[in-house]
Amino acid sequence: MSEILHLQSVSRRFGGLQALRDVSLTVNKGEVIGLIGPNGAGKTTLVNVVTGVTPATAGTVKFDGQDITRVKTYRSARLGLSRTFQIVQPFAQFSALDNVAAAALFSQPGEGLKAAREEARRHLAFVGLEAQSGQQAATLTLAMRKRLELAKALAMRPKLLFLDEVNAGLNSAEVERATELIHQLAADGITIVMIEHLMKVVLNVCSRIVVLHNGQLIADGQPRDVMTNPAVIEAYLGQQYAQRIGAHG
Amino acid sequence: MTRANLILLALIACIAALPLFGEAYTLRLGTIACMYAIMALSWNVVGGFAGYPSFATAAFFGLGAYIGGVLLARGMPLTMAIPIAGIGSFLVAALLGAALLRLRGHYFAIASLSLIEVFRELVNNATDLTGGGMGLNIPLAASAGVMADATFFFYLMWGVLLVTAVMVIAVSMSKLGFGLSCIMQNETAANMVGLNTTLYKSVAFGLSACFVGAAGGVYAAWVHYIDPSDVFDILYSVKPIVMALIGGLGSPLGVTIGAFVYLGLEEVVWRNYIQIHSGVLGVLIVLLLLFLPHGLTSLRGWRLWGRAKNV
Repeated sequence: MSEILHLQSVSRRFGGLQALRDVSLTVNKGEVIGLIGPNGAGKTTLVNVVTGVTPATAGTVKFDGQDITRVKTYRSARLGLSRTFQIVQPFAQFSALDNVAAAALFSQPGEGLKAAREEARRHLAFVGLEAQSGQQAATLTLAMRKRLELAKALAMRPKLLFLDEVNAGLNSAEVERATELIHQLAADGITIVMIEHLMKVVLNVCSRIVVLHNGQLIADGQPRDVMTNPAVIEAYLGQQYAQRIGAHG
Repeated sequence: MTRANLILLALIACIAALPLFGEAYTLRLGTIACMYAIMALSWNVVGGFAGYPSFATAAFFGLGAYIGGVLLARGMPLTMAIPIAGIGSFLVAALLGAALLRLRGHYFAIASLSLIEVFRELVNNATDLTGGGMGLNIPLAASAGVMADATFFFYLMWGVLLVTAVMVIAVSMSKLGFGLSCIMQNETAANMVGLNTTLYKSVAFGLSACFVGAAGGVYAAWVHYIDPSDVFDILYSVKPIVMALIGGLGSPLGVTIGAFVYLGLEEVVWRNYIQIHSGVLGVLIVLLLLFLPHGLTSLRGWRLWGRAKNV
């Protein structure tokens, strides 16, 4: 498998806070990677560093063989890097259709508004929002807005897709539906990195899991191996629990 | 094209008939009305479409007035001086915009406000070129009498207004307008979908300065004498915002009507309450904004014009 994204000892600090410390990571084409870690581990910062929202203070990020460490957000978006936001970011006054059309319009050079709307209709149908296409984004339910976010990301024809907690705040039926969508995307050959707290979803979807803790990469491997890794258990459940498990197992 | 935009063009076409009824006072008022409408429409591009509250209108009005004035004083014909004033303002604004538009909200408002001061001081100190605080005399164009002059400058200002309106309508229907709307609603998301926000905002800022600058050039030729405190008057920055708020933010037809209503109020109040006119005008504006927070265009769905909406 060829690599699509490569992080080489990437660090990011916010004043005195070291949000990412020397993270090296390779993502191969077609993989579905779960990025997990306790709250404040630096998962979203990692996505922000790759997409150029908050560039790395040290280290390099390579996407598709190109150095994108200092590349602006809108440029990396046009290269085929797209993401959804943990806190959904719709264009609130636009209809659902125009939200997705905006993504198609500005990410593809030379795209016209009419063609963009046509394309948007397709993506809305894919995420099951065609009935709401004329509805103002601000009036959609949270689950719908999360799916809208996904449709926007897809309209950018991504090579690599970051999903930042697409399932947070959804009920179990909605989660199931979202999981199904992610399966379909993976089957279509889109490389996916998903930040996710629901282990059921992670184990169901991901072929590899990467664990961040306090800005450091503490584990990277097959889901089953990572789940039994003492460092991971310690990060989530504390040292005492990890020792007890270690003694018993 | 939407119905509101067609009405706007029709409205502007109607104004062209003003000289048929006019004595010199009406024409003077008509010229100012056109000038105000240019300012309000231009402000709407950056303030209404992109959501950046710019106070720089006066800066570019003055800049255009001085570019036009200096060129005219050196003997350049009007047909060259006005376009150069517009293009010059566009370029200066687009360049400054690339830096200033990194700020948002109040910070951007204050920064754009400071542009007026900066330009005023530059003009004040470039005495050789601009005459400094002494002002600048602009030679009279070959005059064919008071009425002919008034009519000429009215149509000149009206022409700039027409071009401004066409520009604003074109922007609102284009990819640029769509992008500016994205920026207004959510700049983070706009960046994330591959929109070059810096470029879009700079172009918007440039366009909002371009025709204000051209209007400044016409103004300089019209009044024959400009000085820094006249053309770099902060009121030229505040008025367009008030007009846009009166008319309805974001709608080209709304802000144009807002400009005319504002001028009407200003004139009526000034005539009747000469000693307390600014106070009365202020109270009227506050009342208007209190009771019509979305401007005059929000009256659209009213019983007078259409059927009730939610039956």
